[in-house]
Amino acid sequence: MSGGIAAWGTYLPYWRLQRSSIAGTLGSGGGRGSRAVASHDEDTTTLGVEAGRRALAVGPGPGAVQDLFLSTPDPGYLDKTSATTVHAALGLGRASGAYDFAGSSRSAVATLLQALALAGAGGRGRTTLAVLSDLRTGLAGSAEERDSGDGAAAFVCAPEGEVAEMVGRGSASDEFLDRWRVPGDADSHVWEERFGEELYVPLAREAFAAALKDAGLAEGDIDHAIVTGLHVRAVKATVSGLGARDGVLAPDLTGSVGNLGAAHAGVALCDVLERAEPGQVIAVLSLADGADAFILRTTDALPDAQRARAEAGVPSVAEQVAAGRDDLTYATFLTWRGQLRREPPRRPDPERPGAPTVHRSEEWKYGFVASRCLVCGFRHMPPTRACLSCHAIDQMQAERLADVPGTVATFTIDHLAYSMSPPVVGVIVDFDGGGRYRCEMTDVRASELSIGDRVAMTFRRVWTAQGVHNYFWKARPAGGSAADPDGERGE
Amino acid sequence: MASSGIKDQVAIIGMGCTRFGELWDKGVDDLLTDAATEAATSAGMSIHDIDAFWLGTMTSGVCGVTLSRPLKLDYKPVTRVENYCATGSEAFRNACYAVASGAYDTAMAIGVEKLKDTGFSGLTGIRPVGDGTDPGLSSPAAFSFLAPSYAYKYGVDRDQLKEVMGRIAFKNHQNGARNPRAQFQKEVSMETIAKAPLVAGDLGVFDCSGVSDGSAAAIICRAADAHRYCENPLYVKALSFVAGPAAGPIDPGYDYTTFEEVVRTAADAYAQAGITEPRAQLAMAEVHDCFTPTELVLMEDLGFAERGTAWKEVLEGTFDRDGDLPVNPDGGLKSFGHPIGASGLRMLFECWLQLRGEAPADRQINTVGPGRTLGLTHNLGGAPGEGVSFIGIVGTELG
Repeated sequence: MSGGIAAWGTYLPYWRLQRSSIAGTLGSGGGRGSRAVASHDEDTTTLGVEAGRRALAVGPGPGAVQDLFLSTPDPGYLDKTSATTVHAALGLGRASGAYDFAGSSRSAVATLLQALALAGAGGRGRTTLAVLSDLRTGLAGSAEERDSGDGAAAFVCAPEGEVAEMVGRGSASDEFLDRWRVPGDADSHVWEERFGEELYVPLAREAFAAALKDAGLAEGDIDHAIVTGLHVRAVKATVSGLGARDGVLAPDLTGSVGNLGAAHAGVALCDVLERAEPGQVIAVLSLADGADAFILRTTDALPDAQRARAEAGVPSVAEQVAAGRDDLTYATFLTWRGQLRREPPRRPDPERPGAPTVHRSEEWKYGFVASRCLVCGFRHMPPTRACLSCHAIDQMQAERLADVPGTVATFTIDHLAYSMSPPVVGVIVDFDGGGRYRCEMTDVRASELSIGDRVAMTFRRVWTAQGVHNYFWKARPAGGSAADPDGERGE
Repeated sequence: MASSGIKDQVAIIGMGCTRFGELWDKGVDDLLTDAATEAATSAGMSIHDIDAFWLGTMTSGVCGVTLSRPLKLDYKPVTRVENYCATGSEAFRNACYAVASGAYDTAMAIGVEKLKDTGFSGLTGIRPVGDGTDPGLSSPAAFSFLAPSYAYKYGVDRDQLKEVMGRIAFKNHQNGARNPRAQFQKEVSMETIAKAPLVAGDLGVFDCSGVSDGSAAAIICRAADAHRYCENPLYVKALSFVAGPAAGPIDPGYDYTTFEEVVRTAADAYAQAGITEPRAQLAMAEVHDCFTPTELVLMEDLGFAERGTAWKEVLEGTFDRDGDLPVNPDGGLKSFGHPIGASGLRMLFECWLQLRGEAPADRQINTVGPGRTLGLTHNLGGAPGEGVSFIGIVGTELG
């Protein structure tokens, strides 16, 4: 055992923007295919939480995680750590570390490499959850807007139980101006494409060669090759230079979900892990201000992990790609991204939550932890000290319900409540095993919702007020109805 | 639990009520001064003869000085109370207890709310610093859960229920059209109500009460002293109030077709007043029609209709001004809007006019007579399954 990737998870948001709808509104631009779009209540932190939940659903689980790394070029905060939000939402132990690796998209690959290095550190290996998350915008009508996508990938890297181990890596670095963004700006700038292409291709070749040498392998030994980067032309040129044999090159996913930036290599790697066989060699080559290549070999533990994920209902990349909802209008997309300032309801803006108030309810707000009465068994959401049913006080046991499904008892459509995407859908959810909670529903069209529908909880950024992000859980459709449990709507 | 009540111990000897509406030219001070002056005049006394004051307001002021400053009261006890939408009734209830206890000879309960200065739609409220986990649904949304639940439970078609809701709005606007104090003094056709844009769930604009400014006041003394001030006082028969444990949103057993708080206060109030057949014994009721499904459910919770039948009674006109039991003959919250602190006392003001035969002829109810001398006021605060409820019963005769 040398350590490696022990579990993985991805999250692709539900919504897709058809590129043709851009041209339909602006009169030009657009193109074929679609891109994944984070909803108005998602950011890189919440995308990361969802990917993290899936990585922890099977395998070592949350109790094993010693460090959490969150990498994104679009962090929810500067100065304040966003990884602590992910840490709290995943219910990780207080004794584990939580760190941001923010900045350039190259940081994401470095984060995974660092987690793999820690896992394989001899007898002192550490178990790390590495979360790679990105949410990419761009000016209206730009190639960036059209070609990018939103998503996250997460890897549990552990000293044992690995399904893929690192067998070699190589890097090449150079200082040049290809893609850049000044902090605070929403959109990136790019230099003339041919300049970057000319620099990237040799860097990629050098990094890949170094990784192969480090692994003691030849190009022909590679079973799955992943080449990613935000510089589309450079990636294409690199791929054609590889001359990989048929079936080796992994699908690049950009046609259906877009280029996921910092998350893309991770999501593509997860996609390969979901299909690979034991003993196969996977090469990942990432182009970002230089190039990084690393080579993994899958282990005999992979099939068991694949089976456990399927049994637990953890959605694969392919399933998420197929399940996306592609009738999002371009006007709604622009509104969600803050590019179209719409008339708000004639209601007061929300007030930022208080720091001490939030901290006191940390387990509830971030971990969705309820309380169950030890005397009579009644479940309380939010957790309370006094029991509604039997009036016992301080006889409660904490219960995390983030992963417990529920059923819609009733619902309403609120045209008056504050939201970046009105109307708000309010639902009363009765949870399996007891407990009722009234909350907002997301990733749903109200006209398609029915009493009895099954729902799951999802971590979202409810709103931002006075510079403070308000994170909490919402319900989303889980497919099927209590009256018709076999009815599937998919993920 | 013992709730003995104070039946026939105190009496209302004077009342005042401003016009309700978008009163751009009246501030809180003006509204308080107008209502207090009218109440004192009707009791034939000076404001300065009153021993103690209870002021109900949710957002228009915080301490007793809110009242003592505009009226220039000379060092009198003024207690400011707040209990959500039951705030006005709560001021009245506490003033009654103060007089019944013997602590004061006379007391004034006065409620006020100035909502139209905020520039927002609906109520804004004041909330303590939160943790951001409240779903932030609007009041119409919170109450809109009632409609589909009621329809589902009693097998009423959703379109049929929408007509029932419209009929309630139609009735209350018809009543308000004759009331010079109402915010909306215009009848509204069933067609207009049905076609109004949706606010939340099945609730259209006309299923929601308005937002307005207003104030109302009552002066109370011991029943034995009432005739010193007033020829035909109203005697307080029952006062009941409860705050529920907010069970609805967390209890899977709650089905959004009833307000347990109302059921409890109704049982208590009827026991205090000795009422066994509310529909037959009451001459009128002023109930909290914040939204039309609220009034529908209240008809059952208050015992005016059997469970699952109120929707039919509504369509049959049972609760119309000329029906078996007139409900909201003044036009209700639908026609008056809902200046929180004032609403409960505004309801009482309608009992004051109707039971004593002082309502104008064109809107005087015909149910008042020998053996039927009681009126009920009801306030609900909060939302279905998580609120407070007040019921008061007053009558023109002792015993």
